[in-house]
Amino acid sequence: MNVQTQIRRNDQPIYLDYQATTPMDPRVLEAMMPYFTHQFGNPHSRSHSYGWEAEEGVEKARGQVAKLIGADEKEVIFTSGATESNNLAIRGVAEFYKDRKNHIVTTVTEHKCVLDTCRHLQEQGFEVTYLPVQKNGLIDLDELRAAITDKTVVVSVMAVNNEIGVIQPLAEIGKICREKKTFFHTDAAQAAGKIALDVEAMNIDLMSISGHKIYGPKGIGALYVRRKPRVRLVPLIVGGGQERGFRSGTLPTPLCVGLGAAAEICMKEMGDEAERLAKLQARMLKGLQSKLTDIVVNGDLEHRIPGNLNISFAYVEGESLMMGIKNLAVSSGSACTSASLEPSYVLRALGVEEDMAHTSLRIGLGRFTTEHEVDTAVEELVRHVKKLREMSPLWEMAQEGIDIKSIEWAAH
Amino acid sequence: MAYSDKLIDHYENPRNIGSLDKNSEDVGTGLVGAPACGDVMKLQIKVGADGLIEDAKFKTFGCGSAIASSSLVTEWVKGKTVDEAETIKNTDIAKHLALPPVKIHCSVLAEDAIKAAIADYRAKTKKAE
Ligand SMILES: Cc1ncc(COP(=O)(O)O)c(C=O)c1O
Ligand code: FES
Repeated sequence: MNVQTQIRRNDQPIYLDYQATTPMDPRVLEAMMPYFTHQFGNPHSRSHSYGWEAEEGVEKARGQVAKLIGADEKEVIFTSGATESNNLAIRGVAEFYKDRKNHIVTTVTEHKCVLDTCRHLQEQGFEVTYLPVQKNGLIDLDELRAAITDKTVVVSVMAVNNEIGVIQPLAEIGKICREKKTFFHTDAAQAAGKIALDVEAMNIDLMSISGHKIYGPKGIGALYVRRKPRVRLVPLIVGGGQERGFRSGTLPTPLCVGLGAAAEICMKEMGDEAERLAKLQARMLKGLQSKLTDIVVNGDLEHRIPGNLNISFAYVEGESLMMGIKNLAVSSGSACTSASLEPSYVLRALGVEEDMAHTSLRIGLGRFTTEHEVDTAVEELVRHVKKLREMSPLWEMAQEGIDIKSIEWAAH
Repeated sequence: MAYSDKLIDHYENPRNIGSLDKNSEDVGTGLVGAPACGDVMKLQIKVGADGLIEDAKFKTFGCGSAIASSSLVTEWVKGKTVDEAETIKNTDIAKHLALPPVKIHCSVLAEDAIKAAIADYRAKTKKAE
């Protein structure tokens, strides 16, 4: 069986949502299997070979994760995923240093788990500065510099955004944080294994990683915690004192092994994969632009991972478009505000007008995406956008030269 | 979300897409919703000399349920008098298409659109009198 058919059955839509999650690489599953069966020992058992074998698996994985980000293996702890890593990093440092410092700097386009952690800390009396982003989705380094005070305990800026794929200037941010003597945490859930990361060169003190975004298993992640100079954390989960006391609980050996194997594959193949994906990304964008007018890429195209496109198809509402392109599994942040979904706060933060935010789709390309799939997706998108534009009163007005902003809409 | 066959049929094969001459005396136009809210519906009716709606057209920017609701309404109003058309309720639309609860307001929009089209038609005929 080839990899393609292992990943997708023929009756399933084409998977183009690699920022939501990735399928496991079959090589990862293979590495995990023994730890589900005969190597089932508790990695913390010291008295027999079952435990030793499991521990060996876990420690090898720790080394593989560390290598991916230029860290020492002693600086990597396993968690249940990037959500937990983000919670632990931000809440952990904030609480540990709260007698001396009470201020956190983050950005408005962070993942919900970072924003919610910050809100929670605000309720406990911490001050939080939410940096805006520029039109291209990147923060302004001068604004960052100005926001940091001698009370700032941590700056948390995501490496790669999950909706628009833009890459923040990590090395520059790290440099500023080091100068200003504040910790730098980065949520690298979407960045690890996709772009080169080096905690030394980038002066990163804390970094969150997720297994299921890098072709590893779900339910596992890692947090890098710098040892020199030492970063201290109050743990969220206490008990047996595993993971240097930062995270108690028996490690899920197969998941740890899977994360390690996934990290090693990324490490080896990142260069070629990025090149291949950049070609597919360009092919998709060119395909769409050659057949459709009035489409806009949201977020910087240069400072962006090649596996992401976020596109507004003007005059076509995103949810109706998704309903049409049944053969494509993509994601849309939009739906009219009266329904449960809201237009994406990330797009709003870029200054994308609400009407355009309602027309956007996130298209994620990844390891198993083929040229043929991209071509099929372009064909299907073009067909449905054209069909829906024929149905759209806004498209009709635009063709007649009416500016839709000049109309007094009865908002509700 | 699982949609009903009827809804999917209206979404995939929408009836009566298009536009009528909005300046014509016997045409009423309703334009409701707002682009910023993610939904805009344009619904038009053409009323014959006998007082019956002889044609109806729509264009909708909105979710699949909004498209299906407006498509359905154009089918329903044809052949009705303006007064009869005015009695169409959003609940009837929602029931016919088996709209899930979060999509009820899409049918409300369709009801608003037909009412707006009728009001526009009446305003024109009043002026003409
Ligand atoms: C940027 C970012 N941070 C954090 C997370 C949460 O990761 P996990 O699913 O491993 O908890 C995600 C995934 O949705 C993400 O994209
Ligand atoms: S018009 Fe709002 S979700 Fe359908």
